Parts: sequence; C-alpha cells; structure tokens
Amino acid sequence: MRKVVDHRTQTDSVECSPPATALPVTIIRPSRGWISLNLHDLWEYRELLYFLTWRDIKVRYKQTVLGAAWAIIQPFFTMVVFSLFFGKLAKVPSDDIPYPIFSYAALVPWTFFANGLSQSSTSLVASANLIKKVYFPRLVVPISAVISGGVDFVLAFVVLLGMMLFYGTVPTAAVVWLPLLLLLALVTSLGVGLWLTAMNVQFRDVRYAVPFLVQAWMFATPIAYPSSLLDEPWRTLYGINPMAGVVEGFRWALLGSETAPGPIVLVSALVAIGLLVSGAFYFRRMEKTFADVV
Amino acid sequence: MNDVAIRVKNLSKQYRIGGPQVPYKTIRESLIEAGRAPFRRMRKLLCGHAYGAAEMDATIWALKDVSFEVKRGEVVGIIGRNGAGKTTLLKILSRITEPTEGYAEVHGRVGSLLEVGTGFHPELTGRENIYLNGAILGMKRAEIERKFDEIVDFAEIERFLDTPVKHYSSGMYVRLAFAVAAHLEPDILLVDEVLAVGDAEFQKKCLGKMKEVTKEGRTVLFVSHNLSAVQRLCESSFVLDQGHLIFQGIAQAGVARYIDIVRSRRGNAILFKESKVDTGLRFVSCYVAEEPGKPVNYLRYTVGGHLVIEYEVSRILHGAQVTFELWHSEYGCVLSSTSLDRGVRTSTLSPGIYRSELTIPPFLIRPGAYWVTLSASVPGIQMFDEIEQACQFDVTDDGSPIALLSQGRRGIILPVLEWQITCVDSGA
Repeated sequence: MRKVVDHRTQTDSVECSPPATALPVTIIRPSRGWISLNLHDLWEYRELLYFLTWRDIKVRYKQTVLGAAWAIIQPFFTMVVFSLFFGKLAKVPSDDIPYPIFSYAALVPWTFFANGLSQSSTSLVASANLIKKVYFPRLVVPISAVISGGVDFVLAFVVLLGMMLFYGTVPTAAVVWLPLLLLLALVTSLGVGLWLTAMNVQFRDVRYAVPFLVQAWMFATPIAYPSSLLDEPWRTLYGINPMAGVVEGFRWALLGSETAPGPIVLVSALVAIGLLVSGAFYFRRMEKTFADVV
Repeated sequence: MNDVAIRVKNLSKQYRIGGPQVPYKTIRESLIEAGRAPFRRMRKLLCGHAYGAAEMDATIWALKDVSFEVKRGEVVGIIGRNGAGKTTLLKILSRITEPTEGYAEVHGRVGSLLEVGTGFHPELTGRENIYLNGAILGMKRAEIERKFDEIVDFAEIERFLDTPVKHYSSGMYVRLAFAVAAHLEPDILLVDEVLAVGDAEFQKKCLGKMKEVTKEGRTVLFVSHNLSAVQRLCESSFVLDQGHLIFQGIAQAGVARYIDIVRSRRGNAILFKESKVDTGLRFVSCYVAEEPGKPVNYLRYTVGGHLVIEYEVSRILHGAQVTFELWHSEYGCVLSSTSLDRGVRTSTLSPGIYRSELTIPPFLIRPGAYWVTLSASVPGIQMFDEIEQACQFDVTDDGSPIALLSQGRRGIILPVLEWQITCVDSGA
C-alpha cells in the first residue's frame, strides 16, 4: 500500500458539499513481494509510538508489590549468583576488575536487550485486538516494546553508578560512547525482535523458543567471562554476536578495561544493522497478513 | 471528479479456510507427511504465502468484484446477512487488511468505529485512556487536548476521570469509548454496528451524534442490522450477499431488497431425527410461517405469522399436552403456552401425525432473535419428548411507522395499545 498526497484543489465547487481543500488520497491495492518500509507513515504516527511506549511504562509494574524494584532485582541478583559461582568458585578471570562490577556492567545492557527482545517478540500477538480493529503502521508495536525497557535500564544503571562509587572505579573519557553502545543494544534487540514477532504471528512456537534463545545467547555473550579469553582473530569475530560488542564496549567505556574493543564493536554494529534492516523488511512483508492471521 | 470520497474497483478478498489438501493414505505415508509437514509449512509461510492455515487449501471469497463510488457527504448504509462481506469491506477501506485483488481510492482521513474501546487499557485511568485511545484512532495530541472536555461531557464520566477503567461499569466503559471515537473528525467515517451498545438512552445519543456527523457533510459508511436506523440515517444503501454487491440505490429500496433475499432463502423447517426409544409421542418438525406450509426464517413485526409444530403419536395417549416456550435471545422466556390451556383435561390422542398451528399476532413480539423450546408430557406423570431450541427465527423490524417510533423503547413485548383519551376535567 502506498500513500500519495493529492495537491489538487477543487475548482468547480459543488453546491452543499463542503469546500474541499487538498485531501490526502489513499490508494489501497494488494501489495506484491518485498515492499518499502514506509518510514513516512511511521513518522506520521510518532505520537502513537510515544503513547504506546508511555502506556507500557505506566502499566509495567502495576499490581506488583515491589514495583520498579524489579528492574534492579533482576540484574543485581544475577550478578550475585555469577559472582559466587563464576567469580569465587570457578575463579573466572575478569580483566583485573572486581568480579561483581565486571559482571554487573555487562548485565545492565544485557537485561535491557533480553527484556526488549522478549517483549517485542510477543508484542504483536499481545496487541492482536488492536491490529484487527485499527490501522496504524504495525512497526510501532515492537518498537515501543523495546523502547519502554529504557526506564528499567536507567534504574539498573543508577545502581551500576553506585557500585562504581563503592569500588572507586573512575570512568574513562570513553564514556561518551555509552549512548551509542546503548543504541547498538537497542538496534540488536529490535532487529531480532522484528524477525521473531512477525514469525510469532504465524507460529506460536516462537513464544516457547524465546526464553531458550535468550538463555543460550546469554552464555554466548561475554557476561560471566571476558572475551580476552579468546585470541585474535577469534576475538574480533566474536563481534558477530552484536551483544559481545555491546558488553565489551560497556566495560571499556565505564570500567576502563584495557582491552580496546574497537574491532569487536565495529563487527557488532554491522551485524546489528543487518539484523535490523532485514528484520524490518521481513516484518513489512508479513504485515499484510497480520490482521487476518493473528 | 473531486467530489468522490471513495472509489472501489473490482475489490476482492480471499480467505483460506477448510480442510487439509490430501487425505493421508497409509501409516508410512502419514508418518513421512508428519515429518515433512513442518518444513513445508515453514517454507510456505516464509515465502509469503503467509496464512495461518497454510496447509489448508480451501478458500472463500469474502468479497468478490465489488465496485462502487461514494460521493463526498453521502451517507451509505451497508446491509447484508452475516458473512456477506460487510465487515471485510470496512476492514479493507480502513487499511486493516489488504485486498487480494482490486483497487480502492479513499479521499481524506478515514476514521473507523469498527469496535469501540479498542486499545483501552484496564489499568489506566479514564483520562489516560482518552489520550491513548485518541492516539490509536489517529488523533494528534493537540486535537485530543482541544476536545478533551467535550469527550468527558459526552461520556458523562467527570467524577471517574482519574479512576482506572477496570473499575468502570460496562456502561461507563462503552460510553467513554464511544465518546472518544465520536469526536474523531474524519472526512470519512466507517461505522460497524456500534449502536448495539449501551442503554437505550445512550443509543439515542449515539444516533444523534451520527446524525450530527452526517449533517456536517462527512461521508459515512454505516454497517448495521438495524434496518430502521439505516432508513433514517442513510440516503442510499448497498446490499451485499455472499461477497457480491447486489444492489446499490436509495435506502428504502435497499432495505426492501435485503428483506427479499432473506425471504427467498429456503425456510428452515427443522426436522427432528427419530429417537431410538419410542415413548409414544415425538416431535417431527417445528417452524414459523407467514402462509401455511411455507417455512421461513423470520417474521415481520407488522405482519405476524404462525408457529407450526408437528408431532407423531404412536399409541393412544390420554391427557397428553404439548408445550412450547418462546425465548428472546436477550430477554429470556417471553411466553409459554400448552395445548391444554383451554381447559381440556381429558384429551385423547390416537396414533397419527398431528400439526398444531399457533397464530403469532402482528404488533406484539418485538423485533429480535427468538427460539422455541418444545416439550410433550402427561403433566406430572410422563415426559415424552423435549427439544431445546427446536426452531430459531428472527422477528424483523421492516421499517413500519410503528417500528420507527419504538426505537429505544423498553419492554419484552411491543404491543400497539389503544389509547382511549377523554377529557375528564377541562380545568375551568
């Protein structure tokens, strides 16, 4: 479907019909094959994106006792468990950084990614009644699902700052890269989320596969261990997992781990963009069937 | 051609339904099939033949070669039986779903009231939901802010504005939802049966709002089963039947055409299966008819008709009675009557097939959906046969002046009573 704006104005006015100014004309016809992303339409609906994100944030911890504390509990206790088992018992190296802060600095972006991925992968099915009743660019649904995790990230990040204070860690100037690294996590999360949520409309198998995927992905990411365990060129290739780039980047920017992760992050960024673009096109291609199938 | 609001050409929509392609033959084959099926399904789905029932091949045309034009400011009623394609048409025009074939051109902003309350979140307050729902329906934030007070007024929920809507009564919920939708100011409004919600008072308000919208020169497509509302609100109408547009013209003629279609279908004289146990009396069939012997599936409020019950008696029965109950789909049991009502206590039935005809007078049973429950027994002694929902039929409102006046009137029955009015005291 494409939208064209009709700039013609009415010259011969018909009596009793209101004066017509240029009305947008929408052409509706079956789409074939791969279709454009229609980013213009997405921009038109940016307020909806804002409201859906805002709704997700408002509703997130309604009727829970601990409320927003969950945003902190999740990564924090994972850090405690990791520190006990990997740090103390297994004596996993941590690039000369205290193990708790080493793992927590990785868990904060990881939790953002993992929650964004699970939320976005089920987002379309969860808004089935909306999709069947109203038109809007369907892309706003998974996008808002990922973005709304930002609040949790901020809360968990504040705890990270507290831990840095406790351990006396001073961030390096590289900290300015942090927003871009966060963006990288977001892009990865959304890219995979778009693939999965579009598939979830067809196969509900996705819902069962996602927790497993997230768990496996977590151990495939250098969270409990450093990527410096690998030699080059394997280390750089590790960046094919975009979260490896994000996690190593976070440690480098905040804790000043000496392993400059430049090449890893570059590979990660390329893979993440590839995921996002392919995910968006796949999503758009499947979009026409959502309302009929979901 | 700038006065066209909607132009539709050969619009078709296919849905897939039905059974699997090939029946499996042997265990070996079906095992292989079971092994392959997920892959084949996956391939089909990933290749864009994306339908939830990809392995199903039966298809149905929900809409087939529909072409029409709607002028700006026109109010069109779309009528047709269930499954005629009315909702599918609105869904395509509002871009919720894509057509399979054909082309449509929509001039101006489209607002749809396909179902009120879409996107309401139970945990959010009324105020928050107004903003959220407005945004979902395509309103800009500034626009919502401007109309906020009007919406709250219309919904009559000032006091509960900051209460989560999950605590609202269903009436309040619907009022708020409709209020938001009604204040959307689209160039083209698509309405699907929303008037079926809320109490009579609110329905009146909704109809009033609809009228207001039409007076402002907006284009409205209005899908409804409420024939009198269609006649009152719309100047023209489309009649859809099995996906085809079979009529377009003035509303009155459209309603008449629709009634013709419904009537022309073979009436449903329900024949009951023979039960294995011979109890002495069993029901054979039950139907409603306007003329004797011609079963129909609906009666006209202004004409009335007959309820016909046929039963077979296999041995001599003393004191047996046949009873029916008339149920309205919402109000419950409207009335019941038995063959012994006239006080015949010692009736004797000899073997044979019997037919009872009961007259349903005009101007009594209110329009709606009904069913009949049958039972036959010797009261307090023996039950012969009993059938729940033996026959279903509609009483339709055929747009008579009386039916028009009765809109929103309450009551299980809708008789037209004589008013004897005399002046007993002139007040002098």
